[in-house]
Formats: sequence, structure tokens, C-alpha cells
Amino acid sequence: MTSLPATTHKKLGLVIDLDTCVGCQACATSCKEWNAQGDSGPLTDTDPQGSDISGPWFNRIHGYEVHQEGRSDSRVVNFPRSCLHCETPACVTVCPTGASYKRASDGIVLVNPETCIGCKLCSWACPYGAREYDYTQGVMKKCTLCVDRIYNENLVEEDRVPACVRACPTGARHFGDLGDETSAVSQLVKERGGFDLFPEMGYKPTNKYLPPRARKESYAAGVAALPKSDGSVMEKLFVWADKLLTASKASAPVNPPDNSDKLEG
Amino acid sequence: MNPAYSVIFFTVSSGAGYGLLALLGLVGNAHGKASSPGFAIVAIAVALILITAGLLSSTAHLGRPERAWRAFSQWRSSWLSREGVAAVATYPVALVYGALWSGFIDLPQWIGLLGLLTAAMCAVTVFCTGMIYRSLKTIPAWSNRFTIPAYLLFGLATGSGLLNAISFIFGRFQTDAGKFMAFLTLILTFGAIVLKWLYWRWLRNRTAQHTMGQATGLGEGVRQWEVPHTATNFIMKEMGYSVGRAHARRLQQLCMLLLDIAFFTCLLAPKFDWLVFPSALCLLAAAWVERWLFFAQAEHVAQLFYGKERV
Repeated sequence: MTSLPATTHKKLGLVIDLDTCVGCQACATSCKEWNAQGDSGPLTDTDPQGSDISGPWFNRIHGYEVHQEGRSDSRVVNFPRSCLHCETPACVTVCPTGASYKRASDGIVLVNPETCIGCKLCSWACPYGAREYDYTQGVMKKCTLCVDRIYNENLVEEDRVPACVRACPTGARHFGDLGDETSAVSQLVKERGGFDLFPEMGYKPTNKYLPPRARKESYAAGVAALPKSDGSVMEKLFVWADKLLTASKASAPVNPPDNSDKLEG
Repeated sequence: MNPAYSVIFFTVSSGAGYGLLALLGLVGNAHGKASSPGFAIVAIAVALILITAGLLSSTAHLGRPERAWRAFSQWRSSWLSREGVAAVATYPVALVYGALWSGFIDLPQWIGLLGLLTAAMCAVTVFCTGMIYRSLKTIPAWSNRFTIPAYLLFGLATGSGLLNAISFIFGRFQTDAGKFMAFLTLILTFGAIVLKWLYWRWLRNRTAQHTMGQATGLGEGVRQWEVPHTATNFIMKEMGYSVGRAHARRLQQLCMLLLDIAFFTCLLAPKFDWLVFPSALCLLAAAWVERWLFFAQAEHVAQLFYGKERV
């Protein structure tokens, strides 16, 4: 049924820390590895050993450069992108077959590969590019939030989290119930000012992203903030040496300008 | 967006079929029983064949066409499902109408009502097709006020071009009715010209309101630094089609030229009646180019994650 549940008992999802993510791809490869062997069927690749490899992945790790206005430096933000298990996902409501659905129990958005007709309309409806078509099986694939791990009693307790969360070496991925205000993930979102991707689209993503922490104005500020003068003999010596060296540099240019023509000629 | 030929053929062919069928319904509604059973049967058959060919073509776009029947189940939420239901529901109505209009069933008092119902079902089906695209907020080039009128108008215009051609074959276009039919095609073609001119002008001048900063939540100073994978994936192939955008202006001019030729040949058709054929062909060709551009020019917001700065 592609009509959405009015409410879900839980809102299971991920909280991704853009400050600590180092872009190592461990989450993406662990996800691919688990889902290539788990209950939801293999995530196929075409030409897997060749030069034109192609196949669906549930998790893609982008790298962005962010330059904030008024700063002299910029920073790189590693940015894992996967299904956000939205509260009101259009990918589910556009599905003509009922293969896409949102679970009333925990809010996980899934595709039933047995009934999906591969019309791709859900991928058109998703602003996050979270759904990828499996060309070999003719059906749509997406992140399952490792529904075959998180309730799996055959696994030891600490493994009952999504494979990406389990694999992350820096603890940048957190899994929990974002519908419960007292849960660790909800507290983390509150504390760190977690945000939604593309809130303008109105699909109310469950997954949250934690912004990179503010940095000191490291480079430019460091140059400007020279230590204050204390009037000591050592300082005067350095000032004298600085002047002497500066003056001798100016009088003996390393590249005399009158040589440049000859060099070019 | 990747312009899939199966979907372009579907929307053009079925659009023309529903346009023709709707006009036939309105003809019966206005004039009662058809002047000859042969004309009625051929005209209804052409419409239904175009519709059916289009619907079959659309299943070629599916990864699992053998499961296509499942698409009729989610009409409560999905415009694609509603389109499927409406398309199938139109068949019995059209067949009953065809039987009445051609005189196969001799109950002329029902022709008017069934004709109107057939036309309404055609309009509902094409409206649902348009809504599939109109409702996608992720694609600003589709999610606007031009989409529904374009689907309805191109369906009717191509349908009326076909009606002229079929009427000519049965000697109907050569009568006084031909002038009215040609007039109708002229109005619809002119409407299509104006609509596409307005749409393309809007598309050129609109300020793209979605940014990479919004998509990533990283603010306005963000740019792509490292791509997540070295090979292309489904998202890049499906959403990142850029050939159409490169040739957009030329193809828009081609579409306009075809519509203009259709318009002027139709204008002269009451004098030189064989011109109904080039007129109808130009309309169909224009619809094909228009539909190809509709897909190829459309940009998807998911591209913002892949380096596109604004959509």
C-alpha cells in the first residue's frame, strides 16, 4: 500500500556527523558487502572486474569544499548520502504497484523486489538521489536501514545496527529512534544542531546531519595575532636582525628584472 | 532527464489516440449517428490502435513488464496508477460508444451521452498522464502550470489532424464539415504554438531556486570537491542527461517550424484538401520533438549532489 501511515511507532534513522566523517568509504563498502549477501538479495554489479563497472549502491560518499564568506580558508566536508527514510516520502506515494512502502512500526521505507515493476518513477520523485535502479534485476533498490540486521536475533547484540554504522571507524554514524526525544540520537541532534537535507522539498527526512564544528580563523588570524612587544634585549636583537636581512634582500634582488627578456628570448 | 523512447512514443501515440477519440465522441454528441458505419469503425479503430500501441510501448520502459498489471492497484495515491486505471476504463466506454455511433447497436438516444462520456474519459486519462509529471517537485521544468495544458493540447491537436486525414479518406473533409474541422485544427495548433512559446520563454528566464547549498545543507559557499564514484551510476545516467540541453534551442525552433507548417497547410486545406496529410504528419512530428525536449531539457534536483550548482 503506497498510502503513507498516519504515524509510525518509531522513527528509526541515522544521524551522520559531518565533522568527524573522514570519507574513508568504509560505510559504503560495508553496506555493499552486507547487502550483496543479506536477505534482500544481491546488489548486482555489471562488469565488476572491468573498467566500466556499474551497479546500485545504497550509500555514496561525496566530498564538498565549503568556503564560508569572510574567511580566508575553506574546508573539505565528507558527505555520505543515502536514503533518509522521510516521514512523508513522495517516492512511496508515486509508486503504482504498492512495492514501495513505509512501515508503520518503525518508519523504514522499503521496496518489495517481488512486486516492483521497475518503472523508475520513485527515483524521479526522490530529491536525494537515494534510489538506484538495478539494471540486471529490473527493479529499484534502496537502503533498507539494514532491516535484516537490526532485528536479527542470530547476530550478537552489538551487530544489530546497520552495517554502515557498525563499520564507521570514527563514530560518525549513529543509529536510533529519532521519534523518541530521550534517545541518544535525538539528544545528539539537539546538542549539535542537527539539520535536514533539502527541507524546502517538504518530505521531512528522518535522518539528520550534524554540521561541521566551527573552526578558529586559523591561518589569517594566526598571522595577524603577533605576540606583543616586551622590550627585552633578545627581542631587540631579533628586530635588528630582521631589518638587516630585509635590507640586504632588497639591495640584492634574486631575479634582476633586466634578465627576464633574455631568458624569454 | 533521460528521454526514454518508449515513454515518448507512448505519450505521443496515446495522446493522439485519446485526442482523436475525444473528438469522435464530441462529433457523435453534436450530430448523432455517424454518416457511414465504415467511417465510424475505422476512426474509432485508429484511435484505439494508437492508444493500445502507446500503452504497450510504455511497458517497454519497465524493468519487469510481466508485472505491469500490478500498476492498477495504487490509484489512491499514485497518478501513474490512476492513469493506468483511467486508460483501461476508457476501453469499454469507447467500444460501447463506437457500437452506438456506427449504428451497430441501434439505440441512437444513447449516442450523445456515451459520446460525452468517451470524451471525458479521454480527458481524464491524459490529465492523469500530465499529473505524473506535474506532481514531481524534484523537476522544476515539469512541476509548473504549463505541463497539463501541453499534454491536453498536443493530444487534441494531433487527434484533430488525424481526424482531418481520416475524414478526407472517407470523403467527409471535402464537404462543408471540412471547413469546421480545419478551423478546429488551426485553433488547437495555434494554441500549441503559443503555449510552447510561453513555456520555453519561462524555462529560459526562470531563476533556478534550488541550490547545492540547500541540498547539502552546507550553505552557499559549497562546491563539489571529490566525486563519490569514478564510473557513472543510475542517478547520473537517468537525471544527468545533457545532450538535449545542448541542442535545445535548435530543436525548439524545429518544433515551432513543424507547428507552423501544420498551421499553414491546414489553413489551405479547405482549398487543397490533400494538404490534410502533411498537416497531420507535421503535427505528429512536432509532438514527438516537443515530448523529447520535455524530457531531455528537464533537470532533476538530485544533480545538485553531483556538482550542478543550481536547478
